[in-house]
Amino acid sequence: MKKPVIDAQNVDLTFQTNDGPVHALKNVNLEINKGDFVSFIGPSGCGKTTFLRCIAGLETPTGGRLTVNGMTPEEARKSRAYGYVFQAAGLYPWRTIRGNIQLPLEIMGFPKSEWKGHIDRVLDLVDLRGFGKKFPWQLSGGMQQRASIARALAFDADILLMDEPFGALDEIVRDKLNEELLKLWAATQKTIGFVTHSIPEAVYLSTKIVVMSPRPGRITDVIESTLPPDRPLDIRDSEEFIKIAHRVREGLRAGHDA
Amino acid sequence: MKNILPIVTIVLALIVIWYGAAFKMNSTWTYDQAARAGTEVTFSDLLSDTMQQSRPLLPAPHQIASELWNTTVEKKITSKRSMVYQGMITLKTTLLGFVFGIVIGVALATVIVLSRVGRLTLMPWAIISQTIPIVALAPIIVVLSNAVGTGTLMVPKAIIAAYLSFYPVLVSMVKGLTSPDQMQLDLLRTYGARQSDVFWKLRLPSSMPYFFASLKVAVAASFVGAVVAELSTSAISGLGARMLIGSQFGEPMIMWAALFAAAILAGLLIFLVGSFEKAARHLMGGRAL
Ligand SMILES: Nc1ncnc2c1ncn2[C@@H]1O[C@H](COP(=O)(O)OP(=O)(O)OP(=O)(O)O)[C@@H](O)[C@H]1O
Ligand SMILES: [Mg+2]
Repeated sequence: MKKPVIDAQNVDLTFQTNDGPVHALKNVNLEINKGDFVSFIGPSGCGKTTFLRCIAGLETPTGGRLTVNGMTPEEARKSRAYGYVFQAAGLYPWRTIRGNIQLPLEIMGFPKSEWKGHIDRVLDLVDLRGFGKKFPWQLSGGMQQRASIARALAFDADILLMDEPFGALDEIVRDKLNEELLKLWAATQKTIGFVTHSIPEAVYLSTKIVVMSPRPGRITDVIESTLPPDRPLDIRDSEEFIKIAHRVREGLRAGHDA
Repeated sequence: MKNILPIVTIVLALIVIWYGAAFKMNSTWTYDQAARAGTEVTFSDLLSDTMQQSRPLLPAPHQIASELWNTTVEKKITSKRSMVYQGMITLKTTLLGFVFGIVIGVALATVIVLSRVGRLTLMPWAIISQTIPIVALAPIIVVLSNAVGTGTLMVPKAIIAAYLSFYPVLVSMVKGLTSPDQMQLDLLRTYGARQSDVFWKLRLPSSMPYFFASLKVAVAASFVGAVVAELSTSAISGLGARMLIGSQFGEPMIMWAALFAAAILAGLLIFLVGSFEKAARHLMGGRAL
């Protein structure tokens, strides 16, 4: 039997704050298989970021069981299981694009002789060939975000976790990056966890859509996409697409009323 | 080049006011002399006399300029009366104090940022240190360093300069080293980075703009420290000592020339540090300002 890459069982997380406990995640059950593209969607404050951070071992659940590649998230982090992309590109302004992508390789102790190969490969993947010697401020916001994806891909983790990576970009750039992300996913066969606020984005990208609702943060619906793996942008006008989008919207509304 | 015009205007205005003030202040002496000799003073006498007294209350700008010229270009730089010779001594103290100040400031900031204990114990002392007037502290530093046997006055003078210059570096570096936000720190955590990686690859480079900005303040503080040290340690050389000698022996020209030499030297230092800052910024990939 195939084991899920990410396995969450009854995951609970309560933050102790000065204003009392905040129940950020309640009873989260989710299995993510290898090669899945999973989107998390839900209103602000429903725990999407928190759950992603739990998977990344940046936050520790206060209850339940969470494994990544059969290990604890902490161990998975140490074994370089995932790359994490934040909402802001967060490139180092004092390093060139190549230098930025090189950062995880330096820290993880990759041999120097391999750096160039890794960097060239991921620059190709995110279509930034020829921009390696530029500094971040010389690139547009969309290109910076692509560079930060390249940085997360550089050390060949199997899992890519992305927290609203395109949230700050305009729709046209976003469409283009979504298309590229799908290509990248097809080319690399990575497992992707993707947080978004946009229903079309979630439906267009995902094989699995996780709908969440707040107070306390929990999963209200998990939708397996029936769209084919090959998705041109105009698939968004198809009946199938609209049907799934409708179901997502229903799920969001149900969570809201509850 | 656009901003050269306002600068020139201000300088010209200052020179005009200065001449006026010199005329007014020095005329008292001219009148006294005339009264003693029992002669009348015409306006043209007054004008020419107030501009060329040998011990004026306020020397006219051209007098200071010619005194400066005489004591820099005309004098051999090995002569004790040469401002270049005296300036070099002050410069040496300033630079030594500046380097001490940078090292101490950066080291303390590092300890403060990396350890909680350091933060709680060192920061209050650093702040208190700056509330003690340096003039009161200077003689103590001289006595103590003599007791330790440093020999020359150079070391205590440099310590005094460093005492003033470490603080701006410390404050800026603490701010700079803590400038990376949570996201930046989390990113490194996802790489499993060690504390040393976080420091060398994130905190230190992030602090550089703060560091460079503090250098200009620090070099000025170090210079002030060096001059004050020369004034208050009974030193006999350096621009500060020249100022003191000038005022004590009633040689206003020496005093004023030393003051202007000090101002020129300070301007030069700040310009140099500023150029260094620009070059460093460029090397660190900054966009041109
Ligand atoms: N470190 C923390 N300490 C205390 N409370 C926190 C912390 N991080 C998150 N929370 C709380 O947990 C809840 C979930 O936050 P989270 O950031 O996961 O929401 P989100 O779904 O990502 O929202 P958004 O769409 O706005 O990014 C919120 O109520 C938030 O205030
Ligand atoms: Mg979030």
